[in-house]
Amino acid sequence: MMANHLNKKLDREEWEISIIDEREKHYYQPGYLFLPFDIYEPEDIIKPIRKFIPKDVHLITEKIKKIDAAENVVRLSNGNFLNYDILIIATGARIAPEEVEGMNGKEWQQSVFDFYTFEGALALRNKLREWQGGKLVVHITEMPIKCPVAPLEFAFLADSYFKHKKMRDKVEITYVTPMSGAFTKPKADTALHHLLEEKKISIEADFAIAELDNENKKIIDWGGREIAFDLLVTVPTNKGDDVIERSGLGDDLNYVPTNKGSLQSIVYKNIFVIGDATNIPASKAGSVAHFEAEVLTENIIRYIKGLPLKEEFDGHANCFVETGNNRALLIDFNYTHEPVTGEFPFAKIGPLKLLKESKVNHLGKLAFRWIYWNMLLKATPIPFVPAKMKLAGKHFD
Amino acid sequence: MTKQIASTTIDVNEEGFMTSFSQWNKSIGEELAKESNINLTPRHWQIIDYIQDEYKKEVPLSIRKIGKSGVVDIKEFYELFPKAPLKTATKIAGIPKPASCI
Repeated sequence: MMANHLNKKLDREEWEISIIDEREKHYYQPGYLFLPFDIYEPEDIIKPIRKFIPKDVHLITEKIKKIDAAENVVRLSNGNFLNYDILIIATGARIAPEEVEGMNGKEWQQSVFDFYTFEGALALRNKLREWQGGKLVVHITEMPIKCPVAPLEFAFLADSYFKHKKMRDKVEITYVTPMSGAFTKPKADTALHHLLEEKKISIEADFAIAELDNENKKIIDWGGREIAFDLLVTVPTNKGDDVIERSGLGDDLNYVPTNKGSLQSIVYKNIFVIGDATNIPASKAGSVAHFEAEVLTENIIRYIKGLPLKEEFDGHANCFVETGNNRALLIDFNYTHEPVTGEFPFAKIGPLKLLKESKVNHLGKLAFRWIYWNMLLKATPIPFVPAKMKLAGKHFD
Repeated sequence: MTKQIASTTIDVNEEGFMTSFSQWNKSIGEELAKESNINLTPRHWQIIDYIQDEYKKEVPLSIRKIGKSGVVDIKEFYELFPKAPLKTATKIAGIPKPASCI
């Protein structure tokens, strides 16, 4: 995304652009939600990275050993190195089940699954295809996590999936969260609380997991509370990439301390950070990276010209939330404004409804995959959805 | 909405969490603690100071993080603020409870 932006904006006589990625394939992470329920197939969510890289940009497929920020050098595992004038870190976040005692024990991918990795989502799909029912527990270990609504969407889609398979009466769905409830923002709670009752999803709130007991198939919190499961779908602790730790650039969860308005590293002025790799208090969502990219591109141009950076990123996120039965919600929010009801992108017209279930929103979510591959990665702006969140069309009171 | 406490008017949300940290003072903290049936000891105050500092730095709070802070271990955190320690401690500290995006 940044390579595509900068390829258009920088003087290519003066600037050389390289991308280092250890993988050859790009995974559409929002698709991991649909894979377990046989809604998407693996080929829907994987494409070669090369396809999205402009021809004048060097793509280096290699693991990074270390970023030596004091020396402006990226050292690769094969012994090669790259000097840089400007570095953009986009190393994302990963799950770290090893952070909870017993989580990646003998039940991992037997009755304990994640859906935040391709392998996890695929293993869960195979499990769900043959599962005969019982206690399904959907669980969040701790915040922050990528796509914070995904576990709730998983619970909603599970309800639909088992209804469709005519076995909903054999499945008990429990949603376990370390927060105070499934919804933590007042407007969302008011507008959406009914969904949990309608779908017969029970909530266990304020549950801070201490341990997973593989023998007795239960999770135990620090206060001694126990929840038994037959099938646990957990979102483990999320952390920034290990290369950030190896390079000494991260906080205790390996996120890079970043200015939340300008996206410049707090410590190194020629390092910029985008997406899940930052520690900024925005959601770790694809739309956030898309909006950040516009602000960041402008700031990199300003940095090159020696101009002061603009602290204009407002934390904007725009997310479709699947609620099952071919319906979805849409939420649009930023650092200062919680999600509210309203119309999007046009006030009074829509056609999308904010914080309300509709079939049109579901079509929007499905269309997003096309937008991702064809617009977002290629740095094409989404029509009518600017980086800065619009207040028009939102019902704040 | 507003609430009268410790001879002051404070802004709170539907769950009684303060919405303007600048209105908070120690007397308000003590009164909020009493509402949660907690009598604040110097040990409680050390933890409240820590989570307020983290909040000012915009660092997201989690139970695990507090356990690794060196200020308190998780077992003692539960003893000091029973049942839902992070929710209770943040309420007394006058800062928002840990939240998701919806």
